[in-house]
Amino acid sequence: MLWEVDIHLRDAAGDHAARAVVAGAAELGIAGCTRATTATGWLIEGDLSRADIERLAAAVLADPVTETFTVAEAGDAVLTTAAAGLPTVLHVLPRAGVTDPAAETALEACGLLGLRPSAVRSVRKYWLPALDAADADRLAWKLLASEAIHDVVIGPLPHRTLAGGRPWTFSQETVHLTGLDDASLDRLSRERCLALSAAELHAVRDHFQSLGRDPLEIELETIAQTWSEHCCHKTLGSPIDHVGPSGSVRYDNLLKETVFASTRKVREQLGPNDWCVSVFRDNSGVVRFDGDHDICVKVETHNHPSAIEPYGGAATGLGGVIRDVLGTGLGAKPIANLDVFCVGRPDTPAADLPPGVIHPRRLLAGVVAGVRDYGNRMGIPTIAGAVAYDPGYIGNPLVFCGTVGIMPRNSADAAVQVGDLVVVAGGRTGRDGIHGATFSSVELSSDSESQSGGSVQIGHAIHEKMLTDFVLEASRQKLFNAITDCGAGGLSSAVGEMAATLGAEVDLDRVPLKYDGLSATEAWISEAQERMVLAVAPADWDKLSKIAADEGVEATAIGTFTGAGRLVLRWQGRTAGELDCHFLHEGRPRRRLASRYVPPAVQPTAWTLHADDSLAASLLDVLAAPDVASKEWIVRQYDHEVQGCSIVKPLLGPGAGPADGTVVRGVLGRDRGIVLGVGLRHRLGPLDPYQMAAGGIVEAIANAIAVGADPARIALLDNFCWGDCRREESLGTLVEACRACHDMAVAFAAPFVSGKDSLNNVFAWTDAAGTHHERSIPPTLLATAMGQVENVHRAITPDLKQAGNRLAIVGLSRGELAGSQLALVGRVHGGRVPQVDAAACREVFAAVAAAQRAGLVAACHDCSDGGLLTAVAEMAIAGSAAARITLADVPMEADGSAGNGSALDRDLAIAFTETPGRFVCEVPAEVADRFAVEISKTNAVPWAWIGEVVAGDQLEIVSTAGSATTVPVASLARAWRGGA
Amino acid sequence: MLSPRAMILRAPGTNCDHETAHAFERAGAIARRVHVHALAQKPSLADDFQILCIPGGFSYGDDIASGRIFALELKSRLADSLAKFRDRGGLILGICNGFQVLLQTGLLLADPTSGAARASLAHNTSGMFLDRWVHLRAVPGRCVFLQGMDRFELPVAHGEGRFVTRSPEDFAAFDAAGQLVLRYAADASGTSSNPNGAMGDVAGVCDETGHILGLMPHPERFIDAVQHPAWNGRLDPAAAGAGFPFFTNAVRAVS
Repeated sequence: MLWEVDIHLRDAAGDHAARAVVAGAAELGIAGCTRATTATGWLIEGDLSRADIERLAAAVLADPVTETFTVAEAGDAVLTTAAAGLPTVLHVLPRAGVTDPAAETALEACGLLGLRPSAVRSVRKYWLPALDAADADRLAWKLLASEAIHDVVIGPLPHRTLAGGRPWTFSQETVHLTGLDDASLDRLSRERCLALSAAELHAVRDHFQSLGRDPLEIELETIAQTWSEHCCHKTLGSPIDHVGPSGSVRYDNLLKETVFASTRKVREQLGPNDWCVSVFRDNSGVVRFDGDHDICVKVETHNHPSAIEPYGGAATGLGGVIRDVLGTGLGAKPIANLDVFCVGRPDTPAADLPPGVIHPRRLLAGVVAGVRDYGNRMGIPTIAGAVAYDPGYIGNPLVFCGTVGIMPRNSADAAVQVGDLVVVAGGRTGRDGIHGATFSSVELSSDSESQSGGSVQIGHAIHEKMLTDFVLEASRQKLFNAITDCGAGGLSSAVGEMAATLGAEVDLDRVPLKYDGLSATEAWISEAQERMVLAVAPADWDKLSKIAADEGVEATAIGTFTGAGRLVLRWQGRTAGELDCHFLHEGRPRRRLASRYVPPAVQPTAWTLHADDSLAASLLDVLAAPDVASKEWIVRQYDHEVQGCSIVKPLLGPGAGPADGTVVRGVLGRDRGIVLGVGLRHRLGPLDPYQMAAGGIVEAIANAIAVGADPARIALLDNFCWGDCRREESLGTLVEACRACHDMAVAFAAPFVSGKDSLNNVFAWTDAAGTHHERSIPPTLLATAMGQVENVHRAITPDLKQAGNRLAIVGLSRGELAGSQLALVGRVHGGRVPQVDAAACREVFAAVAAAQRAGLVAACHDCSDGGLLTAVAEMAIAGSAAARITLADVPMEADGSAGNGSALDRDLAIAFTETPGRFVCEVPAEVADRFAVEISKTNAVPWAWIGEVVAGDQLEIVSTAGSATTVPVASLARAWRGGA
Repeated sequence: MLSPRAMILRAPGTNCDHETAHAFERAGAIARRVHVHALAQKPSLADDFQILCIPGGFSYGDDIASGRIFALELKSRLADSLAKFRDRGGLILGICNGFQVLLQTGLLLADPTSGAARASLAHNTSGMFLDRWVHLRAVPGRCVFLQGMDRFELPVAHGEGRFVTRSPEDFAAFDAAGQLVLRYAADASGTSSNPNGAMGDVAGVCDETGHILGLMPHPERFIDAVQHPAWNGRLDPAAAGAGFPFFTNAVRAVS
């Protein structure tokens, strides 16, 4: 019997979903949808009576104070009776097989009442005014549902059962590669979503020919997952012949010779003081923290899934990186998250979007909600992040999620032992996420939504929380020898990696399934979320299972690590496939690539000012620009204070202004802190990829320094997101960025400890006229800096503190307006790209840190997006304080950006140039002399007093000509918060 | 004298248990995190404790409603031992999700005859999860946890925190009985800091004895001055935060 329970709110005023539908319909231009009412429905199947269902509804599903319920057999007319004037009934429900966390919770709750339904599914129900079919359809798919994961039913639900599939019957499929030409191999790769090149398929064919056969489907799939761009640095690790502005370079392995090499050099220089613990070999990078703990950090992207299903894509992106930390060494506790999104501009007209593209505003709302619901449920504070808006990300947004973890000293090394059990723990395996690893390696297109539904996953955060509690307890008791997460490629990657040298035998029929019908291959490559694989000594198995049971987590031994160097896959005792580990991990043919980089010509600075332009008007425009404007609407949705360790938060000061770096305690009750800073100079990508990367790294470090991080303890992460790297020009920009990473890490003695690349960020579509288009994203490096402060009590925030204090700028400014916020708001075109002078930046970092350490700095803010004047305005907003600055006092390198030579041009250039590596410091008047001495100890640092904190409520800007402009701080705050 | 013992009762999805245990320990208690499954298997575990705290989080995901399943679990498996704990004078504190649980188990504000809930915590008026700091005013009355407290700030972080009663009469009765002990107050500019549309600005309520308190704000997130978003340069970093007295009051009351 299939029952339906509908839960209605008693007070319609509390129906947020109804308000959202009405507002969304108006935005979509759907006339007549001025009222709505909504309900939550539950489909419940099983041998249950009406009384059972009513008991369930009253005790579990409905709130006795605020809600009422209706119970009926599915399909009963009472369930779709029109509400007054609202005849259209629209249902949105997860597709069969898609994770439905609420339904899983309801199913578990039934057990507490002694009820045993066989299946539960959740439904959202909407009663709407009479709408024509096209409008109802548009409303459903543009606003309420996602094609990748939902079914929409208008009118009565047709369901009479929720029953799933039947058990799979063993079979083997041989994939015939022998005799196929390259075109056929390419077609085979495309049709099976393998993302393998013809050359790679040749290697596979040759390997199996030496065995006298063709590969089985499960073997070919395992190879495709392992060789995917997602799972190995296929492009970055390639030999490359590069021709750049400084001549030709020949790399045998680009990544090893740039990023890895810089880390090696830094570690060599540090010698016995090397504080790196485990870099570039585990799921995250590990460094020393205090006497008892190491800390680790990882940032991942989840771009393609988020483009199709923003909520699920971002949530599982975060879930995945949390598992990376959990799966580091012998398990680390996740203690902080960060997120960075790159999307199209919020004001993009809907008509300008290619077909199949989700509007940037809806996309951003979706990814924010995904991070919110996953991160908040996990109980990990999301404390750092950024949003970048650029038309280049339409159709291919970037979604970065990062996690910091902490672990006991001496637990970073893990090694699988021969005879260990292969244990899978956590969520059950379903068809979700099949081909995620290979999907992320192919380009997105306007049809991706319909083609790749299976590769989009929905997360179940509480399962991951339970899994985390289980792993950390098992780790405390030292009950496993190694651990890794099931991410891209599922078990095939996780077990494959852990068994890379020893080999393993796996009984795939033992993998716990969400529902019947999965084949051995599907169980093997499914990317179902919330699973970890552990290597457990047989002697520890009983204790481990007990902890799993106590925490309500399913842990199943599915095989053994053998030491035979072969990966043997079985189904009910029969061999389903067998692979040589050496071939699987070392057999991928490497192809020498060619890359080329020719810098674009520098455009001369051209001012485009109007008669009524002024410093004040420009400042208000820049503060309101999407990249700079307040992200409070996002930050407040994230629980950034759970765990009780957040000390410098993303919004701070009496005026709740923006932070630079943010700080968490590493351990409750102890004072040593972890600092997070991010840097992203994507707008420079198309102009100068080297400076884009270098500038991002400097920005990330500067964010950490501003808050008081020790410059000698900064670890870096790289996340490369690039377009089509099969093009030599595109690959050329990637090489330039890698060179920058190397040079910066060495210059700042800040080692890269981990990283990730996401290539092939290309969106392809065909327009109404039948023309095919392809668009690559701008070359984008996200730099993350993880710093440390000895005592969080001595952290420094950017909010202005006290009238009478003086303001200094540290670091030289140059007229470098290309890609600046001033350019984005239309005041200027062209100009030079901001250049990183690494040696000078290093001196500035050291000088600022020394002044902070000496207790001479009351507030500190780095100058990044929007330059000096924006920085001062943000400090005033955060401190709810007034200030005066004099532009003539700013140390400014003479340059050619004078344009038509007007005084306003000169003032704007000083105020808004985005030269990297500069800070504004607030210094108490009584220690101003000491600050001057301290900051000048390193004679190379250009700095100057440029103003003071004053009483009142105005920001006063004195131009180079000596005239003063004032703007109320309240107006700055209003502009920054998006008000007029 | 022996230190009082505080049980931090957790369920799948509880996520404020560590910092809540830490706050009790700082206040002088011995705090133990106990899984509800373990307590259900051995209810006598509770006999060793004087304080029971249900901390914040998303118990069982809060996918159906906040605290619903945790409360059902307590009602169906631990009703007697909770009643016993209360009747022998044990203190019970429910923070955020724990407050939601306490209302639904009937330990707070339930109809004395039917046991039915007379109050609930509904979705915020904004429809959104919200993390921000609020101004509060306590009228402690008998409430053990709030003794000596008046006006202070704490953070809130929830999506379902709008206090509502079954009827206006219920609200008036709770008010008259002095159970609506913690209210959102105006900030310095006179703006209300009610973050969720709660009736009567109610942020926390206690039972008739003053031994049971449920509140939406998080006192365990403000036991140190440096947890305040504007501490830097304004508060002594070594000072305690305004949430600390919740824990010291409780510890003192059972010592």
